Amino acid sequence: MASESQSRTPSGAAISFPSVLVVFLLVATASYGALIQAPEEATMGLIQRIFYFHVSSAWTGFVAFFLVFIASIAYLRTRALKWDWLSVASAEVGVAFFTVVLVTGPIWAKPVWGIWWTWDARLTSSFLLWILFVSYLVLRTLVDEPERRAMVSAVFGIFAALDIPLVYFSIWWFRTQHPQPVIGAGGSLDGRMWRVLMLCWVATLGVMALLIRLRYRLEALRTEVDALRLEESRNAGRTM
Amino acid sequence: MATPHSSSPDSGLRISFSGIEKRYGMRMALRDVSFEIGAGECVALVGHNGSGKTTLLKITALLARPSRGQITFCSGATALSTDAVKRRIGMVAHHTLVYDELTAEENLVFFAKLFDLPDPVARARESLEPVGLARRADDMVRTFSRGMRQRLAIARALLASPQLLLLDEPAAGLDPEGQQWLGATLANLHASGCTIVMSTHGRNETQSCVTRAIRLEGGAVTHDSGPNGDPRGVLAMAAVRETAEGDAR
Amino acid sequence: MSLARSTATILAKELRTEFRSRELLGTTVVFVLIVIFLFSRTFEPTSSESRRFGPGLLWLAFLFAGSLMLQPSFLREQTNDTLAALRLAPIDPFSILAGKMTANFLFLLLVELIVLPVFAVFYNVAILPVLAPLVLVLALGTIGLATTGTVFSAVAAQARLRELLLPLLLLPVLAPVLIASTEATIGILRDPFDLSVVWLTFLTAFDVVFLTAAWLIGEYLLEE
Repeated sequence: MASESQSRTPSGAAISFPSVLVVFLLVATASYGALIQAPEEATMGLIQRIFYFHVSSAWTGFVAFFLVFIASIAYLRTRALKWDWLSVASAEVGVAFFTVVLVTGPIWAKPVWGIWWTWDARLTSSFLLWILFVSYLVLRTLVDEPERRAMVSAVFGIFAALDIPLVYFSIWWFRTQHPQPVIGAGGSLDGRMWRVLMLCWVATLGVMALLIRLRYRLEALRTEVDALRLEESRNAGRTM
Repeated sequence: MATPHSSSPDSGLRISFSGIEKRYGMRMALRDVSFEIGAGECVALVGHNGSGKTTLLKITALLARPSRGQITFCSGATALSTDAVKRRIGMVAHHTLVYDELTAEENLVFFAKLFDLPDPVARARESLEPVGLARRADDMVRTFSRGMRQRLAIARALLASPQLLLLDEPAAGLDPEGQQWLGATLANLHASGCTIVMSTHGRNETQSCVTRAIRLEGGAVTHDSGPNGDPRGVLAMAAVRETAEGDAR
Repeated sequence: MSLARSTATILAKELRTEFRSRELLGTTVVFVLIVIFLFSRTFEPTSSESRRFGPGLLWLAFLFAGSLMLQPSFLREQTNDTLAALRLAPIDPFSILAGKMTANFLFLLLVELIVLPVFAVFYNVAILPVLAPLVLVLALGTIGLATTGTVFSAVAAQARLRELLLPLLLLPVLAPVLIASTEATIGILRDPFDLSVVWLTFLTAFDVVFLTAAWLIGEYLLEE
């Protein structure tokens, strides 16, 4: 029964209308800022605007993976399944955002530099990070029992999160030793561009928060349904 | 047959279970289990598969942690630390808990070292005697029969002269002669002051020394013959239930 | 019982099991050689190319071999639930991990040292003059491999598809080690000799981070 669980299934609507409204407004404003209001970049033209979404997605992905790190530690300390729900929600949302990074990267690169992909420091690191947390999600599908799954995910999640700075440094240092043209660099950011970028980032964070909350709720409900199914099958077996 | 190392009767181990609960996912393996086992008792845990016997044994062996509740071990008046408890426990589990790729003696020497026993090699050799495996000391466990592995598992459990012996359905896999030998061994151990807790499916030859029977169903204690009561009633209950379920199938 | 003693006891048991059969050692060496051979067939290495690509292929081969050969570490303990036997003993749970990590490290290092001269012949590199720094890089990289590999072997042992899962978990996490070890090795084999302090420090940092992480949270994996 749900009442016996240490982690209460949240009741009520997953996300409130006001919060959705706020995020929607943020996204609308940010999009307007990025697509219309921000000054056009001198050399790259229109396509450069994708940079606002590309970079905000990356930063937001980091935040999501950092949440995985925190939630994993919290699970190991408290053994409350709700931290595991937060962990998987954050990991999935993080992977989603890094997918955006990996897709917008080539979209930006092709018109500007003529090539789809380059193994520059940032893209390479993003790719590796994406793979790392996809592995996290794959691991989860291969363990059936909820507590065991939460445990091994927490340990791997912590290792993966600790790996992030090591990945970035090693790839960055490699690139400084073996330089090649970098996508996305070139010129400092104009003040207005910074403001738009920040706005985009806040909007993306808002979307992240909503998505995580939704996913968290989904996981909580899923766990409850599984438990009810299990109880039912066991009761049915006993009355036979 | 030589008596395995006996423990001193004065330093008996008392176990106290208080509100023990164990969840796996949302399945309750144990619900609010509370009782005490005094030093020197020989307790049989009865119940059908899935009733929580193995889980309770694992928690007693400190292999699993209860989701709620507490288990405390006392020797005399003092509560014992985890390491101190582990030194005093021997367990015979569902699996053999020995390495197939090592010889019988190597296995026992290894575990003797882990238990920090003095002169592990001699101790290992001595432990093989009572279980009748002395002549197979240098053979790989891989070559052993089921009964021999069970006997080695028992030797392993008795290595450190435990004050508490836990057994999970020890009669399984033993022929009637093996069961009788085990019953006699347990009786000897019990006589020398060892506390014994064993889970059992139904009546068999290993239960001659049982002083108390506790029945579990659905993770909860349904019957307990108590430290001074007659266990035969509860033991019989288990056997009847077994037969009834067997007929119904 | 002290952590060091129980680790040593478990290490001795691991080594005894490993070297009794020697099948895993032989198989791993052959596997590494096959991988190196196949990699080198994808291009025709002239001497200067060898020096640039060779070390990368070598380390890639080590990583692949490691991710396969680290499997049995915890799988072996599942056959007769000997992991429970280890946990019943009054020892620090970390010593179970530490003993296996050390055994895996020694085992992998041995494989690498056996393969190294063969690599030197195939790729026409002179390793004797730079043997010491080379072994240092091998050791640092292998510590990272053995540490994470052993922990992930414990993770994979609790999941399905474990043969596929271990490489899947291990290789992305070890990418920094691949980069650092390869670059350090290239530097060592370069003429003039270039001992990259940055990469060596990085490898050490990697090892420290993950050894510490394994020490802090590894034992949770052993619980039931």
